[in-house]
Amino acid sequence: MHLPLQLTPPADLFPNGISRYAAGGLLVGLGAVAIYLGTGIAAGASTFLESTLSYVSDQSRFQQYRASRDWRVVFTLGIVLGAAVYAVVWQGGAWTTDVQPWRLLVGGVFVGIGTRVGKGCTSGHGVCGVGSASKTSIVGVVTFLAVAIVTAQLVSALGVSP
Amino acid sequence: MSASGPERHPLFMPLILVGGLIFGFGLAYSHMARPEVVLDFLQFDDFGLLFVMFGAAIISGIAFWITPRLRERAPLTGDTYGRRLKSFDRNVLIGGAIFGVGWGLSGICPGAAYASLGIGNVTILWAIGGMFAGAYLQGV
Repeated sequence: MHLPLQLTPPADLFPNGISRYAAGGLLVGLGAVAIYLGTGIAAGASTFLESTLSYVSDQSRFQQYRASRDWRVVFTLGIVLGAAVYAVVWQGGAWTTDVQPWRLLVGGVFVGIGTRVGKGCTSGHGVCGVGSASKTSIVGVVTFLAVAIVTAQLVSALGVSP
Repeated sequence: MSASGPERHPLFMPLILVGGLIFGFGLAYSHMARPEVVLDFLQFDDFGLLFVMFGAAIISGIAFWITPRLRERAPLTGDTYGRRLKSFDRNVLIGGAIFGVGWGLSGICPGAAYASLGIGNVTILWAIGGMFAGAYLQGV
């Protein structure tokens, strides 16, 4: 007798170790915490998309973020600069992805729509929402994580790489 | 005074910038700013990314839990530290699913995309352009 479906776990669950991931995650959390301690704001990264569109569109959907749009630009610039510090000091120059532009573009459109319909992204729901034990955010994270896993596995199975 | 008020504390913007710097450095350090690393995680080739998400959520969780018990208002805004929870409705599931398709296809989410630009990944502008287009399409 043999099992009809043999689940073969990867030989190594953490081929790149865990310290890089854990230290990075702690810093991501600390960045959010620093802002929260000083301002009471639980910052997410995706509202920047809508709030920045308020500079160029009169739509009320975007204008509602007028009051927060300037600090969201500063937050995003901080993210870019913080990553640039890493790149200059540790990475040794620029790094570029091999993932095909069409995947980035089409995926980006879905991310842009989904995060606005679903009220948050990996930082708003995933870090701040889960951190505040929000049931809405936990459901949001489980949903996008499950769908993303299925999508990535399908795309990979279809032979799309990178 | 509030986060959106006309007279803000002079340290408001500097703190937002410093918070963003740490946040972005963390995304770059963890390599989450590389779409390949996210796709490896989603394809079960490297589970390290779990430590990024849970590490960050645990740190923020501790702060979100303790801070309101120690003081009532944030020093730079005067805003209360209360929980501002998002309401649950069907959109959380629909939007989450759409986000998941995009995340699984590209390996990119908003914060990581900005950080990716910071590590010199100009190709990520395709994703950032796509996110703005998606957010715009959703709003009109």
